[in-house]
Amino acid sequence: MIYTAIVFLPLLGALVAGLFGRLIGDRPSELVTTAFLLIAAVLSWVVFVDVALGHNTARVPLMRWVTSGELDTAWALKIDTLTAVMLVVVTTVSSLVHLYSIGYMHEDDSRPRFFAYLSLFTFAMLMLVTSDNLLQMFFGWEGVGLASYLLIGFWYKKPSANAAAIKAFVVNRVGDFGFALGIFGLFYVFKTINLDALFAAAPSAVGKTMNFVGYDIDILTLLCLLLFMGAMGKSAQFLLHTWLPDAMEGPTPVSALIHAATMVTAGVFMVARLSPLFELAPTALQFVTFIGAITAFFAATVGLVQNDIKRVIAYSTCSQLGYMFVACGVGAYGVAIFHLFTHAFFKALLFLGAGSVIHAMHHEQDMRNMGGLAPKIRFTWIMMLIGTLALTGVGIPHLVGFAGFHSKDGIIEAAFAAHTAHNYAFWLLVIAAFMTSFYSWRLIFLTFHGPTRADHHAFDHAHESPPVMLVPLAVLAVGAVLAGAVFTEFFIGHHYKEFWGPALFEAPDNHVMHAMHEVPEWVRWAPFVAMLSGLGLAYLFYIVSPTLPARTAAAFRPLYLFFLNKWYFDELYDFLFVRPASAIGRALWKGVDGAVIDGTIDGTANTVGWATTKVVKLQTGYVFHYAFAMLIGIALVITYFMMKGGI
Amino acid sequence: MTEAATYAPIYPELVLAIGAMALLMFGAFTRETDDNAQLGGWLAIVILAVAAGMILAQPAETVTVFNGAFIVDPFGRFMKLLMLAGSAFAILMSHGYFKRHRALKFELPVLILLGTVGMSMMISAGDFIALYLGVELHSLVSYVLAAIRRDDVRASEAGLKYFVLGALSSGMLLYGASLIYGFTGTTSLAGIAAAIPPGGVPSLGIIIGLVFLLAGMAFKVAAVPFHMWSPDVYEGSPTPITAFFAAAGKVAAVALLTRVVIAGFPNAVAQWQQIIVFAAIGSMLLGAFAAIGQTNLKRLMAYSSIGHVGFMLVGLAAANADGVAGILIYMAIYLAMTLGVFAVILAMRREEGMVEDIYELAGLAQTDLKMAAVLGVLLFSLAGVPPLAGFFAKWYVLAPAVKAGLGWLAIIGVLASVVSAFYYLRIIKIMFFDDPKPAFEKSDAALVFVMGASVIFTLVFVIWPGPSILDAANAAAVTLKF
Repeated sequence: MIYTAIVFLPLLGALVAGLFGRLIGDRPSELVTTAFLLIAAVLSWVVFVDVALGHNTARVPLMRWVTSGELDTAWALKIDTLTAVMLVVVTTVSSLVHLYSIGYMHEDDSRPRFFAYLSLFTFAMLMLVTSDNLLQMFFGWEGVGLASYLLIGFWYKKPSANAAAIKAFVVNRVGDFGFALGIFGLFYVFKTINLDALFAAAPSAVGKTMNFVGYDIDILTLLCLLLFMGAMGKSAQFLLHTWLPDAMEGPTPVSALIHAATMVTAGVFMVARLSPLFELAPTALQFVTFIGAITAFFAATVGLVQNDIKRVIAYSTCSQLGYMFVACGVGAYGVAIFHLFTHAFFKALLFLGAGSVIHAMHHEQDMRNMGGLAPKIRFTWIMMLIGTLALTGVGIPHLVGFAGFHSKDGIIEAAFAAHTAHNYAFWLLVIAAFMTSFYSWRLIFLTFHGPTRADHHAFDHAHESPPVMLVPLAVLAVGAVLAGAVFTEFFIGHHYKEFWGPALFEAPDNHVMHAMHEVPEWVRWAPFVAMLSGLGLAYLFYIVSPTLPARTAAAFRPLYLFFLNKWYFDELYDFLFVRPASAIGRALWKGVDGAVIDGTIDGTANTVGWATTKVVKLQTGYVFHYAFAMLIGIALVITYFMMKGGI
Repeated sequence: MTEAATYAPIYPELVLAIGAMALLMFGAFTRETDDNAQLGGWLAIVILAVAAGMILAQPAETVTVFNGAFIVDPFGRFMKLLMLAGSAFAILMSHGYFKRHRALKFELPVLILLGTVGMSMMISAGDFIALYLGVELHSLVSYVLAAIRRDDVRASEAGLKYFVLGALSSGMLLYGASLIYGFTGTTSLAGIAAAIPPGGVPSLGIIIGLVFLLAGMAFKVAAVPFHMWSPDVYEGSPTPITAFFAAAGKVAAVALLTRVVIAGFPNAVAQWQQIIVFAAIGSMLLGAFAAIGQTNLKRLMAYSSIGHVGFMLVGLAAANADGVAGILIYMAIYLAMTLGVFAVILAMRREEGMVEDIYELAGLAQTDLKMAAVLGVLLFSLAGVPPLAGFFAKWYVLAPAVKAGLGWLAIIGVLASVVSAFYYLRIIKIMFFDDPKPAFEKSDAALVFVMGASVIFTLVFVIWPGPSILDAANAAAVTLKF
């Protein structure tokens, strides 16, 4: 009952606000959706205590869904520790974002629609994380995709928002194609898509191969790679990341909820949820590690030079997701989910803080036009500082630190403990940690410190946001400070197995969760050093010597442009896919549709007209013509039968 | 069993025949006024209703009288009820028309009653003699009816053309019947069926006789290439008479054709099937293409009905009980739709007189939305748009054809119906989107009644009475021997 309430309250809210929003008005729509979400959030924490700490897993069947041939799928809620963690993350962040949006969106004309979308998104996300089978997961997967599309394009009068929404949808289609193929493949091999049955059957497929586009490939490796393709799209991993920065066209609360804390982490959740499959496919896991490490590094480099405050955080998100995938790839699923958990708090905090800055600056997002805002919006400044401290992983090894310290350093240690080739994953992550620190502090310094670069009118009118926006920031800040310290022992400590129960699976030879606690001392201090040097460098660049960045950029101009243009991925894709597709489309339109189809149809129509004229002309009105036609007719038929000999 | 009771199966026909005579006397001995003529019409409707009631009361079994020359079976009863309805509605719709043209005569209902006797004979004919009697009785009545407005040039021309071509077709029919009699030694359908050995190929004489026989009957149903009379006659005849031809006449002719080939030539299916397929394709295509070129509504309906006959022939070509059931259903639906459309045509009246051009319907939706809606629904149904009745008509003839291995024929049918949708939809476009012409005068109550009944039948057919008609048709179809 409580589980059902958590999942369906947001849906109810979405329906009320979406269908009756005009009827009941703006404020009631906001209050209804927000209240439902707050209830769901409270219930989620209750469930978290009950399930994750009390180990009461459950399966709540809702209805029989699809029964067709061998496919027998129920709609059920799978409640275990993994689900409980996700429930907490989703409903907490979502309810705070709902609350925050009441303030942030107060000038918008279509608030009921906005809140309906937000709640709809939350419902879809909850469907995803409670899924008992892959069909249900796919339903939630596409549901969040839809809500994301709607919310990115919420300001549909802005062409750039529409373009971004379409881009997000299309890029996700690429990933979803792989995900769907993976599900089909699993059904083809195992004749079921129910998770428990799949997990039970999976070991039987180890070492077997199947034919895929002409090659015999290891079944589990192939299927896991296909599934991971979906994760890459949803979680904006390297090669399929291009939509995430553009998605910042949506309202900032949306960025905080969907494009930082919840939806983009669905890929990580999926890999963790399917750990019993991935654990049996080491090659696929290596690929996951590789993509994660590359993404963490790549996104950080781009984040170094972005000027839009939200884009910096967006690339940061992309980078942090890479961290999580590295953790999955090396088999430390608990660490990945832990980072997902803490990241949700501090990244949502950063986004909402950025929203507060943007709100204060009247929709100015370019950091080059900010600076010196700290005294103006002191509370927001403190919140952003906390978020940055958490993101950069400030903390003393062996002792205590902000949320990001516990989870991110955990990932870096796990990456080292997994002994990838030349420790590439470890080194990439450490370098990324250095860059994370640099761009995060760069953001803080450029926005809040130094002399202001804003035009004095905007600067003078800069004002602190209303309490309804600040309270969510404060709550998230508490999470950003404490989530790591409080939950480390549960999520990744020595008794992590007890906490996770059967939710996460580890192959018998996977000891990374233990090995990560026994890494050399210098490994523990490496991210600490990286973090401090990043901070120092940012301080040097933006506080001590503000001319240094421009000079550096000039000195390393090609590299600077390469980063600034996001490694030219958009241009590359435009050249490789968009233009050929558009050329094919044009050819089909002009050639096939215009010439062949229209030609055929017009030709048919003309033929009909021609035939009509001929037939009508036959009807002369002369009786002898009519009689002649009858006789010809009968003569023809008789001749026909005589020629054929009567048969 | 008494002597009289033996003839119980023909009581309905007797009622019609005696009623016609009585009505003739009534007309001859009363003053020649519009009121009396109209009263005669109402009496004729009562007689038709009585005959229909008696047919309904007949037991659902097959009985023959006059040594098999007259067959009363569920198939015949189904068709007779449709035919009687067609006749009754034609009389009902004729009053206003003829009164306005100062041509209201008591002979009209009498002629229709006599024609009805002929048609009843056609439907029940189990023998070439009975067949010929029925055909001729109906034909003679039809010639006179077509030309009943002697002062109207077009009507006279129509009657004359009908007569000349009808005589030619009668000759063919008679010639075919003689050939078949010559080669089989019998005129009864059952006898002919027995005389043609199963499995083999019938002798060429029988086949040629069959071709001539079918040509004569194809003329009656107006199937290609024996259709050419119908556009001229439909256009020239007074509109209620056209409705009588298009509704009742079509029912009898199709019933006759069906019974003759199914009951008389079960062992020559391969032969007549080819002819029927030929006629079906020709009719469907011609009905579709030629109608596009028409602007006169009655002429358009003539081509439309040629096309519909083509579809019924597809059901016949399937040569099985399902196909015949399809014909029966098609006939019932076609009758309802046709009567409705003719009621609308009869309602197209302005002060200066009747109009028949489709462009006179321009903007009807603005001047008379109800009538536009009625015609719109009927046209959609004629075009075969689900869930209207017309869709099911086509469905129940095309489906058996597909099952009988005539899938390609069904495809031609579907294509033809796509083409024919054009001219139906064009009228709807004219009614709803063109600039309005002056409004029509108020319709007679009788016409409004027919329109209403027809459109309701078309709209709710799928719920009622569709299922019961379907059952009746299936039960009736199996009474023909297969």
